[in-house]
Amino acid sequence: MRVAKAWIVAKKELAVLRKTKSVLYSVLAFPLFVAVGLPLVVMAAGGRGPGIPASVLPVLLDSFSFFFIIGTAALPVTIASYSLVGEKVERSLEPLLATPATDSEILLGKGLAAFLPPIVSTYAGSVVFMALMDKFTIAKLGYPYFPNPTIAIILIAIAPLACLLSVESGIVISSLVSDIRSAQQVGGLMILPFAAIYVASEIGLLPLTWLNLLAISGVLLVVDLLLYLVSRATFRRDDILTRWK
Amino acid sequence: MPPFGTAGEPLSEFRGVRDRTVVIDTEHLTKRFGGQAAVEDLSLLVAAGEVFGFLGPNGAGKTTTVRMLAGLISKTSGSARIAGHEVGPEDSALEIRRIVGLLPENVGLYEALSPYQILDFFGQMYDCPDGPRRANIERLLRLFDLWELKDRPVATFSKGMKQKVALARALVHDPKLLFLDEPTANLDPEAAKTVRDCILALKKEGRTIFLTTHNLDEAQRICDRVAILRTRLLTVGAPDQLRASLSGHRTQVRLERTDDTLLHQVRERLSPRRVERSAEGFVVEVEDPDRENPEVVRAIVEAGGRVRSVTEVGPSFEDVYLKLVRG
Repeated sequence: MRVAKAWIVAKKELAVLRKTKSVLYSVLAFPLFVAVGLPLVVMAAGGRGPGIPASVLPVLLDSFSFFFIIGTAALPVTIASYSLVGEKVERSLEPLLATPATDSEILLGKGLAAFLPPIVSTYAGSVVFMALMDKFTIAKLGYPYFPNPTIAIILIAIAPLACLLSVESGIVISSLVSDIRSAQQVGGLMILPFAAIYVASEIGLLPLTWLNLLAISGVLLVVDLLLYLVSRATFRRDDILTRWK
Repeated sequence: MPPFGTAGEPLSEFRGVRDRTVVIDTEHLTKRFGGQAAVEDLSLLVAAGEVFGFLGPNGAGKTTTVRMLAGLISKTSGSARIAGHEVGPEDSALEIRRIVGLLPENVGLYEALSPYQILDFFGQMYDCPDGPRRANIERLLRLFDLWELKDRPVATFSKGMKQKVALARALVHDPKLLFLDEPTANLDPEAAKTVRDCILALKKEGRTIFLTTHNLDEAQRICDRVAILRTRLLTVGAPDQLRASLSGHRTQVRLERTDDTLLHQVRERLSPRRVERSAEGFVVEVEDPDRENPEVVRAIVEAGGRVRSVTEVGPSFEDVYLKLVRG
């Protein structure tokens, strides 16, 4: 596999993404909301009455950190499905498949284009989030709460794996549907498992300890590997040209 | 069994192609989807520099053939070679895709991108070095009168302009073999003429062009040889040669006046030949005009008809096509 060839595909996808404002804005909006919106909520709540108790604050901040996972799980599926279903709608896959690139190179290029913007915007958002929250926690707790092992595991392990899961799901979903809206609606279901984990952590069923987060990473890794095999089997030019509707 | 046993193809035609460099060579090429044959037992040769027309009704297997030959989809059986590369193995398919240009039936452009961006992307995909790629993109955009519009999104273009961008895309890596799948379908006459002129210009450059079309007039005017397909290859040859090979000529006889009684009497005298009334007389189907026309004229005169003129009407290319396709 030639990564340089995949990167040409990825650059083209990113150029299309830049022109597709609705998708671009959604990629930017969610991390911005988590990065700026949630600290504002914490600061506003902290400034009222007795404020947020110091004992509750770490649990709250860990929960908020989990939003970065939900973001990375939700955003790539939008880009991946737009990338593939968009090509179906524009019927532009055939000329692309007629170039001397392998299926794997095209798939990797599209995957990179769906993976990079959400992960970059998530990382950028997390830096802002941590900086804003630390200003608050230094005053409240006497020390900066971030970075810590929890958010490190979230950002270094779970977020990329969730992002990959979303990309691969987008590819599989795209082979099954023929319009972008359906792809995005089905893709929207991707966040449900992560939302369930979030709820479970909130009710104390699955505390976001670093051990639990590592276990979640392990499960995601296995699911990603399985989905890679499925998406690789799905993206075969013979099937794309003769069976994809 | 001849090596390229295709109905209607004279041996001399094979020899003519065999003497030149063969670019496309298929033997018993077959593609099935499930149990359904899309293309069956296709054997043909296309020489370098030829414009080869590929005709057939909808669902005849034209696009499937193009996709197989362009290294896009696999074959079920048989063999095919493109410029010496075997169609089938992945390594070979990559080589084939590197040397052919494809204009698919649907232009399939990235609507949000500009013509320059599209051509630049495809040029990179075909591994064209930066300098020559940029020079070739400019040459193509100027050739197709798109240079001034090079930075506008193609979403704002007309159908004809999009078709020109798609044609430029197929040429961006300067391929010697082009597959053009219905390049003038759905275009207005002016845009279709522009595209046809482009094809003729490419022909002059010596490129081999494999052209699928529904437009018989276009095929007759542009193509050196045509093949007619309906899952199986029905015939292949030069358009004039195919017209000449179709048995059954027609003799048109203009008369001073016609009526049903005269038609009835002429039909009786010329039976079993088919006699039809035309605007100014009769049209008689004959096998050998030189031998039969005097008899036709005599029969009409004896029936009381007054002959103004006699014209021999050969079968049109459309007649050939319809006769073969309808079986």
